[in-house]
Amino acid sequence: MRKPRLVVVGNGMAGCRTLEELLKLAPDRYEITVFGAEPHPNYNRILLSSVLAGEVPFVETILNDPTWYETHGIRLHLGKRVVEIDRISQRVVAEDGTSAEYDRLLLATGSSPAILPVPGNDLHGVISWRDIADTEAMIEASQKYRHAVVIGGGLLGLEAANGLALRGMTVTVVHIGAWLLERQLDRYAGELLQKSLEAKGLRFMLQTETRALHPGPDGRVQSVEFADGSRVEADLVVMAVGIRPNIELAQRAGLYCRRGIVVNDTLQTYDPKIYAVGECVEHRGVTYGLVAPLFEQAKVCANHLAEFGIARYTGSVTSTKLKVTGIDLFSAGNFMGSPQSDFITFTDPSAGVYKKLVIEGDHLVGAVLYGDTVDGAWYFQLIKDRQKITEIRHQLMFGPHHLGNTGHSGENRAAAMPNDAEVCGCNGVTKGAIVAAIKANGLFTLEDVRKHTKASSSCGSCTGLVEQILANVLGSVYQPNNTREKPICDCTDLTHAEVRQAIREQKLLSIPQVMETLGWRTPDGCATCRPALNYYLISTWPHEAQDDPQSRFINERAHANIQKDGTFSVVPRMWGGLTNPTELRAIADVAEKFRVPTIKLTGGQRIDLLGVKKNDLPKIWAELGKAGLVSGHAYGKSLRTVKTCVGAEHCRFGTQKSMGLGIRLEKALFGMWSPHKVKLAVSGCPRNCAESGIKDVGIIGVDSGFEIYIGGNGGIKTEVAQFLCKVKSEEEVIEYVGAFLQLYREEGFYLERTCHYLARVGLDYVKAQIVDNPEKRQALYERLLYSLQGVEDPWQKAVATQDREYAIMEMTE
Amino acid sequence: MNLWKKVCPLEQIPRLGAMRIETPKGAIALFRTRDDQLFAVTDRCPHKGGPLSQGIVAGHEVTCPLHGWRIDLTTGEAVSPDKGCVTRYPTKVEEEWVWIAL
Repeated sequence: MRKPRLVVVGNGMAGCRTLEELLKLAPDRYEITVFGAEPHPNYNRILLSSVLAGEVPFVETILNDPTWYETHGIRLHLGKRVVEIDRISQRVVAEDGTSAEYDRLLLATGSSPAILPVPGNDLHGVISWRDIADTEAMIEASQKYRHAVVIGGGLLGLEAANGLALRGMTVTVVHIGAWLLERQLDRYAGELLQKSLEAKGLRFMLQTETRALHPGPDGRVQSVEFADGSRVEADLVVMAVGIRPNIELAQRAGLYCRRGIVVNDTLQTYDPKIYAVGECVEHRGVTYGLVAPLFEQAKVCANHLAEFGIARYTGSVTSTKLKVTGIDLFSAGNFMGSPQSDFITFTDPSAGVYKKLVIEGDHLVGAVLYGDTVDGAWYFQLIKDRQKITEIRHQLMFGPHHLGNTGHSGENRAAAMPNDAEVCGCNGVTKGAIVAAIKANGLFTLEDVRKHTKASSSCGSCTGLVEQILANVLGSVYQPNNTREKPICDCTDLTHAEVRQAIREQKLLSIPQVMETLGWRTPDGCATCRPALNYYLISTWPHEAQDDPQSRFINERAHANIQKDGTFSVVPRMWGGLTNPTELRAIADVAEKFRVPTIKLTGGQRIDLLGVKKNDLPKIWAELGKAGLVSGHAYGKSLRTVKTCVGAEHCRFGTQKSMGLGIRLEKALFGMWSPHKVKLAVSGCPRNCAESGIKDVGIIGVDSGFEIYIGGNGGIKTEVAQFLCKVKSEEEVIEYVGAFLQLYREEGFYLERTCHYLARVGLDYVKAQIVDNPEKRQALYERLLYSLQGVEDPWQKAVATQDREYAIMEMTE
Repeated sequence: MNLWKKVCPLEQIPRLGAMRIETPKGAIALFRTRDDQLFAVTDRCPHKGGPLSQGIVAGHEVTCPLHGWRIDLTTGEAVSPDKGCVTRYPTKVEEEWVWIAL
């Protein structure tokens, strides 16, 4: 059977991005033909201002070179403008007669610059700025002539003016609005910008209307005349007064167009065989002139071209950065606000810093930053995610406090970091290496940077810094991840929440069933989604869903922690951190017998035997088991340890029996799988020697009872646990803690620690379920007990069943 | 010259699982994919020497358990953008027994 044919009209960023997304999803689905009106392969149009400013050579802006098209078997027609779409015979025809038949057609015809309808607008030396040819014409003019006039004080106009000034021209910017960038900035920021640009030598004429362009004796433009009759000299006039979607082709073919080609939420036009993306489309009444929305559209469109049919485009929130070196400005969302808005503003005139945040109700809806924009990406994320900001409102203006956690010397301002500063302390990646990778490989997303540089791909504590660097390098192209709607992995477009819901509501019981029902793209999933699915299945349907060992990370499969040299570590459980001579003797004996090279005390009050060969594991467990020692689950996304202080049993300050309660808790929760590891601590008095304040669940005994704290973390980002409630008895502690952990088990996303879960749902929500609602609490606790019924020690089970995981063949000559 | 050696009954290697074989040529990881194909490669990730046999198998790829590099078992090469490769060894199944050529 022949492959269906996909024809793309438009070889720009929108068309190519859609193809890239499509090739990721369904590499062999179509026979693809691309028509481009320009004689160049796809280049990064956004960098044209950097080319003009002399900061980047043109070759570095090429995104897809000819070999990319070849590798993917794409037929490329360069320099051929498509002039006709014959919808009846499903064929497009180019100017030179080249034609191609299609089963699906993708229109990505982009936009053209608007031209002022004034006399002289067609004179020699009057240009608009859209492509590399215009850029080259501007560079050439700057070498021969002196006076430039840029009409339009928007983003494009200012970048043009800056580039021409850097190339030695005297530049006047003529703008009809009352301040610069009035679509991106409020008046105050616009005026600050104007001052900075004037300091760079640009001249401005605001609220000025152009009436005519006059030629000199050589026929080239010589002056610009304004509505008040005044004139300025000009050898080059650049019109940057907006863009117009290129819809003529679509219109002639009878496709429904308004300002742009009208598309629905799947980027389909009124002809179901024809899709359209980018600046040529109008979606829900909006046309876009920035690149970020186009990337979002490309993703959705590719999903439908691949016939997955589940993605929807619902419009974009856009943000702006001006690419003029030395000027930092950022704006996003509804930055002008409305009568209902609250404004938080910060001004430091002598430092040239101005910040305005627009808040409506519980949400940040817009932001303008001038002079200091490092927090722009963070604000943009808050706006896009519609995160509640009530709790952080008082410190919102000062930016995220958590960008730099541990492992990069406390740096939390990427822009200020020197190039040789280490950003990712796990993988030794410097800021310079990240910037170079972004530029050299045309990276746009955090995931891209992770794949290419490994920065922030291990512990993730530098994620905020990497995002800042991306935002700084990319400017307005940067789209922060929509963390709430992020798919689990490349195998699906569904989020963790959607998958959990489907497993619960449709009672899915095995991984193949989930993948089949939810339309996984890969037959076996991948190392990211399979462990997550396995956890969701066994936690949602205990005793019913099948646990799949092949979908567990090696540590959980082998019931031991893999080390860098491929050996494993063995950590026997010591309930509440207590042990006795029999246990210690057994540990000493196996350590000697199996020549365990390293024995270490862990942070969770256990003994760790390190450097054990994999096939020795069952033998060691068998011997430890004789002394009553069981698995410490030090390897699992599960209950790890309950750390205790000495407590009222011995301590002269102790108010509660912390050791006894710790043991009870640990026995009650033994064998509990969870989204991520879970650590507990019980302290017998507020001196808190067991460090309950940095545990997933921390108990502090006081004279009148027990305080329960949740969501603490002592790792990557030190997070102080939050007070949940105070109870009277040990029985209540166990029920409340069990109920909270069950809530986390049912609602947490895989690899989400309790502190992140709590940050996502909020402490009030947890209190409402656990503290204020006894029925709910009891039901949660009972579900936990049910799921823990019949839990066995995995070590003894592996010994008894001679688990083949430990089979290693030895082959001799 | 490659010599065929008998390894183990096929059913000893679970689907999407692996067997580690200690040989005079060093450790070899023998994988069985869902479609019952067998792939044998050096049990050393080109990144930092991780034991690939302990990784998660999906499709015709294995993910190294140490730092998550993905190795394409059909070519022995790391999945882009990572760069590196492992040696492959021919395998066959005869009468439900697995053979490898060393």
